Amino acid sequence: MEQFLQVLLSGLATGSIYALAAIGFTLVWQAAQTVNFAQGEFVMVPAFFVLVAMNMGMPFWLAMIIAMLVSVFLLGYLFKRAIVEPMQRQGHGNSLSLIIVTMALAILLKESVKEFYGAEAQPYPALMSSETWNIGGAIISVTDVLHLVISLGVVLLLTLFLDRTRTGRAMQATAQNPGVAEILGVDTNRMILYTFLINAALASLASFLITPVYLAKFSNGEYLGLIAFIAAIVGGFNQIRGALAGGLLIGVLDNMVATYLTAEYRAAIPLLLLIVVILFKPEGLLGTSEGRSV
Amino acid sequence: MKRNLFLLAGLIALFLLPIGQGNYFILILCSWLMFTIAAMGLNLTLGYAGQISLAQASFIGIGAYVTAIMTLAGIHWILAALASVIVCFVIGILIGFPALRVKGHFLAFVTLAFNQLVVLVARNEDWLTGGSYGKFNMPRPDFGFYHIRTNLDMYYMIVVIFVIFAVLMYGLIRSPWGRAFKALRENPIRAESLGVDTRRITLLAFAVGSASAGLAGAIMSPLVQFIEPNSFALLHSLKILLMVIVGGAGYFFGPMLGAAVVILLPEFLRFTEGYYLIIYSAMVIILMVFSPAGLMGIGEKILTKIRPNQQVRKDMEKGAQL
Amino acid sequence: MSDTVLSVRNISKSFGNIHAVRDVSFDVRKGEVLGLIGPNGSGKSTLFNCVLGQLTPNQGEVMVNGRPVSGMRSNDLNKLGVGRTFQQLSVFPQMTVLDNIILAGQEHHGTMLTRLFGKPDAGLTPEADQMIEFFKLEHLRDEMAGSLSYGQQKLLDAAMAFMAGPSLVLLDEPAGGVNLTMLGHLKERLKTYNESHNTTFVVIEHNMEFVMSLCSRIIVLAEGAIIAEGSPDEIRSNQQVIDAYLGG
Repeated sequence: MEQFLQVLLSGLATGSIYALAAIGFTLVWQAAQTVNFAQGEFVMVPAFFVLVAMNMGMPFWLAMIIAMLVSVFLLGYLFKRAIVEPMQRQGHGNSLSLIIVTMALAILLKESVKEFYGAEAQPYPALMSSETWNIGGAIISVTDVLHLVISLGVVLLLTLFLDRTRTGRAMQATAQNPGVAEILGVDTNRMILYTFLINAALASLASFLITPVYLAKFSNGEYLGLIAFIAAIVGGFNQIRGALAGGLLIGVLDNMVATYLTAEYRAAIPLLLLIVVILFKPEGLLGTSEGRSV
Repeated sequence: MKRNLFLLAGLIALFLLPIGQGNYFILILCSWLMFTIAAMGLNLTLGYAGQISLAQASFIGIGAYVTAIMTLAGIHWILAALASVIVCFVIGILIGFPALRVKGHFLAFVTLAFNQLVVLVARNEDWLTGGSYGKFNMPRPDFGFYHIRTNLDMYYMIVVIFVIFAVLMYGLIRSPWGRAFKALRENPIRAESLGVDTRRITLLAFAVGSASAGLAGAIMSPLVQFIEPNSFALLHSLKILLMVIVGGAGYFFGPMLGAAVVILLPEFLRFTEGYYLIIYSAMVIILMVFSPAGLMGIGEKILTKIRPNQQVRKDMEKGAQL
Repeated sequence: MSDTVLSVRNISKSFGNIHAVRDVSFDVRKGEVLGLIGPNGSGKSTLFNCVLGQLTPNQGEVMVNGRPVSGMRSNDLNKLGVGRTFQQLSVFPQMTVLDNIILAGQEHHGTMLTRLFGKPDAGLTPEADQMIEFFKLEHLRDEMAGSLSYGQQKLLDAAMAFMAGPSLVLLDEPAGGVNLTMLGHLKERLKTYNESHNTTFVVIEHNMEFVMSLCSRIIVLAEGAIIAEGSPDEIRSNQQVIDAYLGG
């Protein structure tokens, strides 16, 4: 029982980090119909910005702030302005070409990190202490608890922002019906840009939290990206809470399967879950069919 | 009959290409034709029938493993290749079923997941696939009168297979089936109202595309004589997709051009050493931002300027639903 | 009864509390051109979709050539001899006019295997050329269908519906959006085809003049029920119909 609780908690903790990446992915898909195949790399890269900044002599906290700003500029602003926007302006933004471009972007980011920083896994400073609490026999990792608290806190803040502020509501309107939003005087292009910026910020946060677990490696994004898609789809694409639930579910499932069933096929579980959900409940576990269909 | 002359010239070029070239370059040419076969298969599924698949590499893998296992057991390559094609055809039908329920992005993800699953199985089922070590030392085919030994022998064998394959594919695309595939891409509801069994045609589009990849896999086994799970990872499916798109989806010879770019360009960029993938992916991004219809699309753009009144390509619009 | 092509028996269809079609029955005989008219929301489209097997009625039955069609897939319905046109443009834009028309006939010839190994055109080029000539599209034969004008695409759509030699053709607003010159041409062609092949038509249409001059019999629907039935002249002078259209 104690072991079960530990596995559950660490599953939820990892899952909540997946959820951050999945939520960003969902937001961008909704707002700009852009399926970002480079999402995993968006999570991989910011950790390296931190390392670069620290190598330049900055303290860890400052390095993280700088890394977040650089990521938001490169992976948010530039991604939108230099790649997505020109393609959509030509009327090809919704097409297969955009998928190909984000795939190429994934390779570009991955290879750049490999060439310019290193192919070896790099040690990465943990954000928090590695203490544990012993509660009734169960060893509770403080890191896990903090991961969960931070991720859920950010998701809560994001939800409040989208629901309660003028800008947030304008962003939602843009995602749901750009035509009407425009008529109502919303600067839709700006709202879409905000979505890209938020995505980059969420990805950076996920990066800071998850990299201490995996070590910083150029290939980290492959698995993370896949998990983000799967979490987003399994949960239900049209909502933040869907992506959140999807992320948590996959984190827990992954941990449970690895502990109790099979370590070899743990990676198969999210894939099978994805196939089953798409075939039998394509709107996702929490999704509603009213959401913008695909 | 200017077109026949072009084809003849191309055929002669195919035979002359490897002459005087080193062993390594010949190997590159072999893998170019091999990937062209797989990409032409995907071009049928995606370019003609409008169904996206991100699982093409896994079918090369299935074909390569079937051929490896059978030829290592002493069965003749011809039979092994035939078995590879048939196995991929059947599994291709299965992977087509999701396409009857979901389209676009969702279909992309289902096929992507399938690809990952195949790699996982290849990695974990050591008894069958050799696990992470893979399969090696597959024999090269012996046709009695002609025993394939060198890469050059292999090349000419592949050219013959490729020509036969291309002729069959061309026949398929010109046949009523080909017309039904295009109709499925352009307007499935209308096609069905005209008696086209769109379900069957969708499954067949996947089956034929996958079987082509199976053939490519059957070639790969004796060609590189070493296969392992990572050779069929998702990245390679993306590469094949890239070949189709770069060449221009829905153009018959597009994949040949696309595969040439994807396979050969890295060789030309070799002098850049480790940076070639960076340069390469940057080039892809730039190409796609400026000409989403691929290289053949650039050609068409020029033609359109001369001869206006062209329509937006429907399969590109199809992407809009993705 | 043997010359009844389409038989609609006591059809009712409701969506929740909305009764779109209530207890509608009628027969269409071979060679007839039946017009189905009614104000917006009168249930025409629902009825049409029931006939096409796309909707399953809550009650009643639709028979084509004596076979029930509810829930039938449209390719099977087509094999049963039912052709149709669409309200929206429904051609295959990246195929030539000739290929569009051959496609419309090919599934009715041979088997899957003969269609794979037989002639590329399934031996249909002469027949397709006749159809192209009939609709006066010869000069466009090898053009991409997407490059045709709106009216020309409507003609092509009709040509495709006829290619398989159907016994019943359902025309869904054939006149919508077609300019006057082309409209006259379309009507004349449809009439000629009906007379020469004795093919049965069912037409849904808003353009009154078009319906009145094309159809031999007209059924008027209002609020899901038949309120009048008769020749164009009878319908024109029917007070109930006038009321229904002018706001009842």
